[in-house]
Amino acid sequence: MSSANPAGQTPNADRYLLRGAAVLGGERTDLLIGDGVILETGTGLSDARAAVLDADGLVVLPGMVDVHTHLREPGREDAETVETGTRAAALGGYTAVHAMANSSPVADTAGVVEQVYSLGRAAGWVDVRPVGAVTVGLAGEQLAELGAMADSRARVRMFSDDGMCVHDPVLMRRALEYVKAFDGVIAQHAQEPRLTAGAQMNEGKVSAVLGLTGWPAVAEEAIIARDVLLAQHVDSRLHVCHVSTAGSVDIIRWAKARGIKVTAEVTPHHLWLTEDLVRSYDPVYKVNPPLRSDEDVTALREAVADGTIDVIGTDHAPHPSEAKECEWAQAAMGMTGLETALSVVQHTLVETGMISWADFARITSATPARIGQLQDQGRLVAAGEPANLVLVDPAARWTVDPAAMATKGRNSPFAGRELPGAVKATFFRGHATVLDGALNTPYDFAGEL
Amino acid sequence: MRHLLSTEDLGRGDAVRILDTAEEMSAVGDREVKKLPALRGRTVVNLFFEDSTRTRISFEAAAKRLSADVINFAAKGSSVSKGESLKDTAQTLEAMSADAVVIRHWASGAPQRLANSGWIDAAVVNAGDGTHEHPTQALLDAFTMRRHWSRLNRNASTGADLTGLRVAIAGDVLHSRVARSNVWLLRTLGASVTLVAPPTLLPVGVEHWPCEVSYDLDSTLAKGVDAMMMLRVQAERMNASFFPSAREYARRWGFDDRRLASLDSLGLKDTIIMHPGPMNRGLEISSAAADSPRSTVLAQVRNGVSVRMAALYLLLSGDTREERNELTKVSSS
Ligand SMILES: [Zn+2]
Repeated sequence: MSSANPAGQTPNADRYLLRGAAVLGGERTDLLIGDGVILETGTGLSDARAAVLDADGLVVLPGMVDVHTHLREPGREDAETVETGTRAAALGGYTAVHAMANSSPVADTAGVVEQVYSLGRAAGWVDVRPVGAVTVGLAGEQLAELGAMADSRARVRMFSDDGMCVHDPVLMRRALEYVKAFDGVIAQHAQEPRLTAGAQMNEGKVSAVLGLTGWPAVAEEAIIARDVLLAQHVDSRLHVCHVSTAGSVDIIRWAKARGIKVTAEVTPHHLWLTEDLVRSYDPVYKVNPPLRSDEDVTALREAVADGTIDVIGTDHAPHPSEAKECEWAQAAMGMTGLETALSVVQHTLVETGMISWADFARITSATPARIGQLQDQGRLVAAGEPANLVLVDPAARWTVDPAAMATKGRNSPFAGRELPGAVKATFFRGHATVLDGALNTPYDFAGEL
Repeated sequence: MRHLLSTEDLGRGDAVRILDTAEEMSAVGDREVKKLPALRGRTVVNLFFEDSTRTRISFEAAAKRLSADVINFAAKGSSVSKGESLKDTAQTLEAMSADAVVIRHWASGAPQRLANSGWIDAAVVNAGDGTHEHPTQALLDAFTMRRHWSRLNRNASTGADLTGLRVAIAGDVLHSRVARSNVWLLRTLGASVTLVAPPTLLPVGVEHWPCEVSYDLDSTLAKGVDAMMMLRVQAERMNASFFPSAREYARRWGFDDRRLASLDSLGLKDTIIMHPGPMNRGLEISSAAADSPRSTVLAQVRNGVSVRMAALYLLLSGDTREERNELTKVSSS
């Protein structure tokens, strides 16, 4: 923000005038962006210094906030770096991402989360908010120094062993209790480990035929049921990562009705793709939790529409191609998602009439920012607010080409599909990180470092 | 047919054609010179990521009887150690101009991956993949059953299917590629199938399969069975709580001497007893049952070569009528 700049310096001199953008898909207005904020809205605005963008037919939304991103750095720079992952994020319409802790070394100390935070600032494409590990080395045995990470320059508020489940009930209880000291939240990867030993895909009709070890829905649901009861017992905040089954939705709905402080996330791929794709044995469809059934997809969409599921989280998980060019059982789990999330949500929820663009802003920006406690993100599109915005052409159609993406990962399950909706511009702190649908330049944090 | 990957997607026409061709091949095996020139100059690679001497030598014998060049390639790499990648191996075989790759792999779907990846141009034959399929085993089982069924019905085998045949398959269905391939193929050929197993050794989702499911071997036999197929059960399964002990398993689901005797009292005088091998005598099958005149275990091994010859022949030599007539001429001369 300009207020954070040293006196007399204006590191962000960008000024843009968006003409005729539909705010959250509704009322059309001009927006004048300058000094990192929305200076003015209304019709017939003019500004001599501003670059004018014709936003006729375009929708303006708050910049998207991902609660679940794997940036792979430090440790797996062959798969992704903070630089490439956040370029992908900006292109996908994001202005903030939460970087999951399963890097190497694991983000389980103040030092590692500050490193990731600094890499994010140096890159300048989005706000990078590190997620801290719940347990040392994600080993599920001993609490990591949660307080030190919270107090660090990275100001960690979300903690997760994602990739691994905090399966020990006592440890989970302690973690839920402990983070209350700094208003943190535990984001659980709900997977009962014994029920999913060697699991390769959803357990059911298709796994029976394919002879692949099943990942039963109950292994997710049993952990969620336990965790919401623990959250109730110790009056803590729980966030459930990548909900994938109809049964999980029922449990979360029940918990919310009882006033339990639980939020839930769903990935774009679980809103669309089903286990039938595994019949190809193409590991691009291998993901954890696995693709489920049609009934699950329907239940997940309804859960977003009725508010049971609060947010979209991409679970963007890039892998080098050799990790997918192999037998199914040998392949790594995970899919890229940052550059397709907006389009997939538009296709599955907006174009089906299940949600509005205002709802889209809530589930991709406002609520994710609230869960992650990002003050400058997920705000209203109104004068005086920070200019973290995305300009979308909902009428555009494009065909997914993983080779053309900014992420290093080529593992998009949507390759070759035609998707609706394109990001025309992304504004991060008033600076256009994306213009005309292409990367522009990063925001320069130099003045704030 | 471009590849032979599974019986799930094998149509009735192709299945019957393989069985009929196998009958012709079997006639070659009865001759003094057991060799046909059909695949001279062609290269068949046996690519085994998992040890199975019996399956490898069966394919090797089949390819050699068709005069193909055979290369045995035991690839390193297991579920634990990664070893050479499937892609690199495939590209090596492509560089060697393999015409067919017979692949055995511990990972379900590896043959399909090989066939559809674009890494290789050769015909791919699945010789057993993980717990997915083992199509040539099911074809040799069907071949064995068809001969038996035709003899009983005084029909010619050729052109026939298995309509009316009652088959029971007992054992570890969950981990069995043989069971899966048999269920699909037997359905396609018109037989009725009952799977018999402890509930722990049946996959979730088996209720969608085109067969009956029973937990009780005796009541299944009492309803009448024409072919009783026993599946290999690994005693180690009891360590993962699939069943309490080998003894309890054998008592409830093994084909023991008491059940062998019961076939006579049930009036099932023509029922055959099948096993894909290798057998765990005393666990899923008693020695008396395995060695009885009802047992087709050795016939299955013999028929395996004929069926694999048929599969390789149909995949590699094209499938024109002229060529088939040519084959008939050679094999009957
Ligand atoms: Zn996860």
